[in-house]
Amino acid sequence: MSRWARARIVAVAIAVGVVVASCGGGGHSMFDAKASEADRIASVWWLMFGLATAVYVVVAGFIIHAATRGRRKRASTSRLNETKFIWIGGVIVPMVILAILAVVTVDTTSALRNASPHELHIDVAGELWWWQVRYPGTGVVTANEIHVPRGTPIDLHLTSDNVIHSFWVPQLAGKMDTIPGQPNDLRFTADTVGRYLGRCAEFCGLQHAHMGIEVVVDSPADFGRWLARRRRVPLEPASEEAAAGQLVFQREACAGCHTIRGTDASGTVGPDLTDVGSRARLGADTLLNTPENMRAWIRDAQSFKSGIAMPPFRSLSTRDVDALASYLESLR
Amino acid sequence: MAITEKPTTQETHELEERWEDAPGIPGFFNTVDHKRIGMRYIYTAFAFFFIAGALALVMRVQLAQPNAGVLSPESYNEFFTMHGTTMIFLFNTPVLAGFGNYLVPLMLGSRDMAFPRLNAFSYWIFLLAGLFLFSSFLVGHPPNGGWFAYTPLTSKPYSSGINIDFWGLGVVFIGISTTVGAINFIVSIFKLRAPGMTLNRMPIFVWSMLVFSFMVIFSVPAVTVAAGLLELDRLFGTAFYSVGGGGSVLLYQHLFWFWGHPEVYILFIPATGMVSMIIPVFSRRPLAGYLWIATALVTVGFISFGVWVHHMFATGMPALALSFFSAVSLIITLPSGVQFFAWIATMWKGVVRFSTAMLFAIGFLLIFLLGGITGVMVAILPFDWQVTDSYFVVAHFHYVLNGAVVFPIFGALYFWLPKMTGRMLDERLGKISFWTMFVGFNVAFFPMHILGFLGMPRRIYTYDSGLGWDGLNLLISIASFVFAAGTLMTLYNFVRSQFRGAPAPPNPWDADSLEWSTSSPPPEYNFAAMPVVTGRHPLWDPHPAAVETTGDGAPIRALGVAGALDKEMPVSEGMDARPQDVLGIPSPTYLPFVTAVGVGLLFVGLLVEATLIGAVGVLIGASAIVRWLWRTSENLT
Repeated sequence: MSRWARARIVAVAIAVGVVVASCGGGGHSMFDAKASEADRIASVWWLMFGLATAVYVVVAGFIIHAATRGRRKRASTSRLNETKFIWIGGVIVPMVILAILAVVTVDTTSALRNASPHELHIDVAGELWWWQVRYPGTGVVTANEIHVPRGTPIDLHLTSDNVIHSFWVPQLAGKMDTIPGQPNDLRFTADTVGRYLGRCAEFCGLQHAHMGIEVVVDSPADFGRWLARRRRVPLEPASEEAAAGQLVFQREACAGCHTIRGTDASGTVGPDLTDVGSRARLGADTLLNTPENMRAWIRDAQSFKSGIAMPPFRSLSTRDVDALASYLESLR
Repeated sequence: MAITEKPTTQETHELEERWEDAPGIPGFFNTVDHKRIGMRYIYTAFAFFFIAGALALVMRVQLAQPNAGVLSPESYNEFFTMHGTTMIFLFNTPVLAGFGNYLVPLMLGSRDMAFPRLNAFSYWIFLLAGLFLFSSFLVGHPPNGGWFAYTPLTSKPYSSGINIDFWGLGVVFIGISTTVGAINFIVSIFKLRAPGMTLNRMPIFVWSMLVFSFMVIFSVPAVTVAAGLLELDRLFGTAFYSVGGGGSVLLYQHLFWFWGHPEVYILFIPATGMVSMIIPVFSRRPLAGYLWIATALVTVGFISFGVWVHHMFATGMPALALSFFSAVSLIITLPSGVQFFAWIATMWKGVVRFSTAMLFAIGFLLIFLLGGITGVMVAILPFDWQVTDSYFVVAHFHYVLNGAVVFPIFGALYFWLPKMTGRMLDERLGKISFWTMFVGFNVAFFPMHILGFLGMPRRIYTYDSGLGWDGLNLLISIASFVFAAGTLMTLYNFVRSQFRGAPAPPNPWDADSLEWSTSSPPPEYNFAAMPVVTGRHPLWDPHPAAVETTGDGAPIRALGVAGALDKEMPVSEGMDARPQDVLGIPSPTYLPFVTAVGVGLLFVGLLVEATLIGAVGVLIGASAIVRWLWRTSENLT
């Protein structure tokens, strides 16, 4: 039965290899941390992973040895002292390991929960099934894409007026639920410019799977420009087609549900579309934001994300859809 | 009439006459025999196991590829809700209750549970509650709010259909069965132990069922309240969980997990009890650290009531409170560590025989070791913030609830089915089944840890490609079918054994506890002569003046009891189980079935909001209970 032991060791080695490989190479791995919080958690993980591997190998070794011992030396009786074995293996060694982990836990927890005096506050509300994003004091409202400056401590103020969601961008920080009646805060300080995908982690109904969020970490200068651009009321549509699209937007049901600042559209059912053309994704990461996808989404969003509030507009003429898409893409 | 020696043919004949159930359909509905009820529990629970497994396989087909269209989002949400609900409420808990029902009286050297009619009642409630939950598929509205049914998603404004009501009422419904069963176990274990079976001579499986039962009694009320208040909110417009009405959303989570976490141990503890029975038998020596293990079981029972908040680490509670629950969640590792090393020591000092049951026990050790380690990880607050509600957690709890509970249950099948059915299972096929399950299990569930690291949340019906999830999901889906095939091999093995299996001798494994002293399957009266226990291992300890307790059982010491031929069993008192009294065993009766039907009608009435049906149910149930409690000369004996 030493064949067993060997097979087991090979299996463990493969498992370890897979873990290490996936952690190094994954595009959205929580260990590929881009903010101080995710980074601290990742270092807790590597400590635990080391301890866990050691514990698994040693204890599994004991199991295999104990199970196969009789086959190897049937006649000899073991001099193992049961009480000592159970005391040391089952109580003392685990207590030492757990004590180490407890200290690490308390230390890390307090570090991750501490507020900083110079935070940038951003209000994020979980909706069915998308994220509303507000920058308090600026009047800027957007959806499903949060821009933050690199190096500034961020405080996401998380709320919900419907069901419970959970905000999770693995490369930046752990999760925090959005709970009706109980606002929560999630803090992180991003250290690398880039785009980081996340999604809702608490089951929130039919389209829980399509409730993505993208956090865009900009350099402080880029973030300043991004925010300043959104504080200005949008200009008149740039092209003739976009102007025609704006008319369609007003004429059809669109304006009843969506807001576009600087126009009469002030609905609050769906996401604010004031800068929809600048966002990378549509429908909370259901589709990439391309002109083609925008047209398909307008015609029949239900076919991509069934059960959402937006009805299909199959009766719109191709020209109207093209104009509408061109108008929306021009909103940046 | 006292039997202290091997019963004569005449006596055996007389016993059978007095104990036999009515044949055919009447006997099916009115039996109160703990063995028939126990088997029914096991069969019914396994029917639900295979149904819930089939739901999981369909989900795995859906998740095998990105943006697949096998299941609509509605169906996917219904499937995972019913998969979890079924596995927890309709498979894991009842299958353990079934083994307990069958084995505890035999292990105690008794002839039935303390309340045989209540026992029948708890089975009928389990069956009807299961049918109640699954009837939701017939009307096309299965529960879809997750097995945990968090509010406000499950409140009327967000789930207006009847789906959630099936769940909420079904959970309260089945809670009756579990609670009644637990009371029965506690009284049986305290009062029906064979003379001489002191608490520290009880088989560990009996210890585990005792802890199981106390935990059920203290935790199930919490989930009954959680689901009950949810239904009050939904059906009668109260506002316990409605923020607008002054209620609290998190109240539900506290109530639910106050049951939900002990429930994990409710499932796990009897499974370890099974392992503690199997390992010594196939190591051919007594269990090392018996007192350690018994103490560990009781300790886990207590501590498990102080860890529920670790399911709520991401709800934004104050860090100090969270740290407390984090610490307790670490401490609960210690009793499990003790059990682990006691099992290893047992094997170490023995000579292990690799029977199928033992393979499942060793497989359990290797799987539970990993599930336990990841359990420590998710107790670490900051790490849990990353992995909670991700596939890492799906991996963790399947290692614990599938690996560390289902593997021992399969081991228990290979170990005890010969006793229950009188037929040996095929060992070679059993070993193939084990290896298929073991490999399929690990390949299916291990990669889920990694998917969690890669940001895959739980309960999503589909995902886009390009996130690095595709390959692992395909691998998992394939392996899940391998695992399923392994379980089907055991099913086939069982069916085959009923036709072609070798007849099982009373004690095929040379085991030590009392259930092996009687024939396989045991006669209706379990033991003709009442066993007397003088040590922890009745069949291993040397006995002066040993007799055979049934026609072909192993010799043990027995006690002469007046009325040994009657439908009676001895009652013992105190820690050291001194003979105290004789308890009559009720004759077969339809009352448990009728009462259960009454309760069922009440729940159907609540479900369809039909007062009349509910009132009829209450009337039937109440009359049956009155009849049940009516002391007549017949049921006084």
